[in-house]
Amino acid sequence: MLAQAKLDALSARIAGLHFPSTGWQGKARGAALERLTAMGLPGRRDEYWRYTDPAKLNAAQVRADLNASDIAFQETDALRIVFTDGVFDAEFSDDLTLSGVEITRLADAVTDLHWAAEIYGVLEERGQKPVLRPFAALATAFATDGLLIRVTGKAERPISIVYRSLSDTSDVMLHHCVKLEEGAEVTLLETGDAGPRLLTNLEVDVAPSARFHHVRAQGRSHQRMVNTHIFARVADEALFKSFTASINGVLTRNEAVLDIVGDDAVAHVAGVTVGDGPDFLNDDTVFITHAAERCESRQVFKKVLKNGATGVFQGKILVKPGAQKTDGYQISQSLLLDGDSQFLAKPELEIYADDVKCSHGSTSGAIDETALFYLRSRGVPQRRAQSLLVLAFLAEALAEIEDETLAEDLQLRLESWLDRHED
Amino acid sequence: MLKINNLHVKLEEEEKVILRGVDLTVEAGKVHAIMGPNGSGKSTLSYVLSGRDGYEVTEGSATLDGEELLEMEPEERAAAGLFLAFQYPVEIPGVGNMTFLRTALNAQRKARGEDEVSAGDFLKLVREKAASLKIDADMMKRPVNVGFSGGEKKRNEILQMALLEPKMCILDETDSGLDVDAMKLVSEGVNALRDEGRAFLVITHYQRLLDHIRPDVVHIMANGRIVLTGGPELALEVEKNGYSDILAGAL
Repeated sequence: MLAQAKLDALSARIAGLHFPSTGWQGKARGAALERLTAMGLPGRRDEYWRYTDPAKLNAAQVRADLNASDIAFQETDALRIVFTDGVFDAEFSDDLTLSGVEITRLADAVTDLHWAAEIYGVLEERGQKPVLRPFAALATAFATDGLLIRVTGKAERPISIVYRSLSDTSDVMLHHCVKLEEGAEVTLLETGDAGPRLLTNLEVDVAPSARFHHVRAQGRSHQRMVNTHIFARVADEALFKSFTASINGVLTRNEAVLDIVGDDAVAHVAGVTVGDGPDFLNDDTVFITHAAERCESRQVFKKVLKNGATGVFQGKILVKPGAQKTDGYQISQSLLLDGDSQFLAKPELEIYADDVKCSHGSTSGAIDETALFYLRSRGVPQRRAQSLLVLAFLAEALAEIEDETLAEDLQLRLESWLDRHED
Repeated sequence: MLKINNLHVKLEEEEKVILRGVDLTVEAGKVHAIMGPNGSGKSTLSYVLSGRDGYEVTEGSATLDGEELLEMEPEERAAAGLFLAFQYPVEIPGVGNMTFLRTALNAQRKARGEDEVSAGDFLKLVREKAASLKIDADMMKRPVNVGFSGGEKKRNEILQMALLEPKMCILDETDSGLDVDAMKLVSEGVNALRDEGRAFLVITHYQRLLDHIRPDVVHIMANGRIVLTGGPELALEVEKNGYSDILAGAL
């Protein structure tokens, strides 16, 4: 039983939230609410929240002035689906038809025979062990909307989810499910500011030989708060790749829980972060489980921090008994552009198989003064030289994006951020 | 072209004096060599001229065609026509060699109020210069100096020099770490750039490099000062008798 104070905090947090109680969704949401009630909201004393104070995510209400609306991937020919303040916006969205893909709005998926019933909240629940993720259960229980995407073949174009916000009090909760059938392939893009606070789940079920690509450019409003969760199950010979560019924001916590359950599968999760100022905090928390043979996983995270910004990385590779020939790689690095910024990293490996190759590394460093001088001695002005070195630092992570157009788009955004944040 | 007047330099962080009154004038079209034992201040002179942090000029001046170098930022010195070929060229992972060269060339042109070179013209230019230094396409694609052998790094320095066409070139121990063939290749690259309007300051320990790059004037540096100046025969004397005899005679 939770202590009364914790129960009260939870009651305050969920008071007034939308709870559809009927049909398959009602069942899944009810189970999530039960999980949530048993665990309560996280607190500063929880080991998993040691570096990132969850108070802003626990607060019952939010209000923030979003100062920027910045939409990425506009050069990419994609099916665009717009959510305004957390609600599907038909007026600005393309028709939800795409060859090789079935797309339904979560709010519309009420029939009991919906395929998503096998995924919705199911992957999230699997991801509650061994670490509790109360906000993920919260999103499953109370998500106001989302997309249910079933990919049966090779999707004709990427799907781009565009978030917009018109209100300074919208507290957005979304839940997306993606199911890739055997051999299917899709690219999912996400971009924009959804609201002052955004809580999301993205559950992805990748069937044998299917390929899922995910590239995300989180909104760049300075005041926004975000807590995202990815729960993926990756089957035999399947591929899962997720990349996040995170710019600005007062609090960003991106959690990824990847379960590699089939042999010869590949799962990568990567990201770049740029943050300026003492209010900035970005946290990447990753848990990858190898439960099959000959699988490869990679975690590549790079953070550029300045003027007292904070970066957090918690990354774990768990290799289960029998997961032989696992190839696990994890790197988290920060470039601290001044003495006030900090990077807190907790890399973990837990290995129960004897024939595996796992490596991990974590570093914090400053700009290489020797390299800076070398560039300047060739005539490159100081600011440009510094930008080149920062982009060089981020390059290994950006290289994780397979599609060059998308990678270039993000690179340009990062360059423009560096131009805007010269001091 | 380059005029150094009574230059005194100490380390910024500690009370260690390195240069104690260097006087040197290099005229356009000439090649000057500076030789001298370890610790005599040769490399410091090259760093101070190119604007590296960590040194404090306590007295004296250095001008390039009348412009005071020591007050300029490193990039301004480069745009003014100064080039230092590094003893240890720096590896820069993540920055492609081509991007680096083009950024540098265009930044200098921009600083001088000239038009930037288009991608197509740049490619043609760099290919032509690279071929003469036997630098292959693969080296151009790699990050700056990353995975380059010692010889490749030095050839890359000369390639930069050939592209940027500076008027005052300082070569800091460009021969170190080179085998005979590589030294020949690098020297040919340097010799190809010799002309009326350009001057060279070649810093080296050994006479061997000067067999390939024939100097007009040779200076011997010791204890932070130029103590002897002569013709190419001075380098031969160093090779034959070592520094101690010459220095004993000079002091």
